[in-house]
Amino acid sequence: MKAVEIDNLGVKLNGREILSGINLALEEGRFLGIVGPNGSGKTTLLRVVLGLIRPTSGLVRVFGNEPVEMAKRGTFGYLPQHLNVDAGFPATALDVVLMGLYGRSGLFRKSTDEDRKRAREILGTMGMRGYEDHIFGTLSGGQQQRVSIARALIGEPRILILDEPSTSIDVVGQEDFYHLLKGIQKRLNLTIIMVSHDIGTITAYVDEIACLNRTLHYHGSPLGALNDEVLKNLYGKSMEIIMHTRLCEKCERLYPGGEC
Amino acid sequence: MLEILSYGFMQRAFIAGIAMALFTGIISVFIVLRRVSFLGSGISHAAFGGVAIGFLAGVNPLLTALIYCIMVAFAIEVISARGRLAEDAAIGIFFSASMAMGVVLVGLSKSYTVDLFGYLFGSILAISKAEAYMTVIMSVAVMAVFAVIMKDLLFITFSEELAIVNGIPVRFVKALFLVSMAIAIVIGIKVVGIILISALLVIPGATASLLTRRFHSMLALSSLVAVTATISGLIVSFIYDLAPGGTIVVMLSLFFAIAFIRRIST
Repeated sequence: MKAVEIDNLGVKLNGREILSGINLALEEGRFLGIVGPNGSGKTTLLRVVLGLIRPTSGLVRVFGNEPVEMAKRGTFGYLPQHLNVDAGFPATALDVVLMGLYGRSGLFRKSTDEDRKRAREILGTMGMRGYEDHIFGTLSGGQQQRVSIARALIGEPRILILDEPSTSIDVVGQEDFYHLLKGIQKRLNLTIIMVSHDIGTITAYVDEIACLNRTLHYHGSPLGALNDEVLKNLYGKSMEIIMHTRLCEKCERLYPGGEC
Repeated sequence: MLEILSYGFMQRAFIAGIAMALFTGIISVFIVLRRVSFLGSGISHAAFGGVAIGFLAGVNPLLTALIYCIMVAFAIEVISARGRLAEDAAIGIFFSASMAMGVVLVGLSKSYTVDLFGYLFGSILAISKAEAYMTVIMSVAVMAVFAVIMKDLLFITFSEELAIVNGIPVRFVKALFLVSMAIAIVIGIKVVGIILISALLVIPGATASLLTRRFHSMLALSSLVAVTATISGLIVSFIYDLAPGGTIVVMLSLFFAIAFIRRIST
């Protein structure tokens, strides 16, 4: 089943063309990476899929329905690039994870002990055991990111959408983070769409890659995205992508070369 | 001290004041967290226009003020949400335009003088039994609404975008918040008046935010500060024969100052 179908999408914001002629189809359970230079419309494309921005032209369907309708059904788990939460905002890590259930539970239902137990478990999976009662705004960027992933996952979404998720995580942490995502994708048959500017790293993890700069220059196998023509179209000049690591098919961990 | 409670007008003042303080204590936390203090101040001053319409039309000014405040609150939201004008500019325009309209309309009305002063600076000691009960009923009703929307409103305050993506009825919850704020303002007009009601909408939440980072503690502390300031303000007003609106807000400011000093000294 198609998780996302985009047909001839065009988006104009404040009279400026941000996206044009985008066609894309993504099967359920696939991991799509979207790469492109700054200002290429990556975040706008995600926001259109999430139903936060209405297309100027073309059609977007999520599991065959309008994105706004699917949002109401709790289809999405979303991790924005920035949250800008004040350090004094009165929400603990556990509170933030529980927020991921509010849409499904409706106005009248309060969080139950079962919900809290689940939230603690997911925080544990994200390596955040012991931080449940910490105020979210006082956590480091990487810790906030992990809590946010837990929030995005607790509602059991069908599509996880991540906008530059590695920006707050150091290089070593990024490996673990991508490994974690890959594991979740396989275990839950989750469709993942992830935006990144780091084409070198993202190609090691995703099933498909989309190269975006106002329009799609390439969509397909990640390895095909590394050819000179695609990169030249995308970034406007020839460039060499340095692959520091390779992904082990068995354990899904990155390794520097040779045997895992 | 118990002599105060032997007076019927003081009994009514305590009942209405405490009911209003409990309610504004809760809404104040969200006003501070959502950083819409200026919106609260703008709508409360705009209420003067609504009161003046009531005077001129010969209907209950609080009713016209309530309708007018709700309309102004939604107008500010719509204008700023469409990105045509910054929210603070929209508030500034409605605030001053409504006050100006109020001055003009009151000028056209023949019987305003004494009553108008009560609306501007509060008249809690002149509150009738029916008005006291109405204040309690409205406060309880709006607190019940808040109990339902509270978790979703906190999520929207945390991140409106995430709340939308999670399927929260964001527009509905925000609309209820604005209506609640308008009701708080209209209730507060009787207690502290149009000029000072913004203090009740902002200071309890701001004081609580200096003392705790736990949400439920913040709600409890904010209401406690509002109730304590109202009770102590009424007592001071009775003993020294001062305007209760002023003494309540002075007490609130005092609590805030104590919390602020405690915060910077720890």
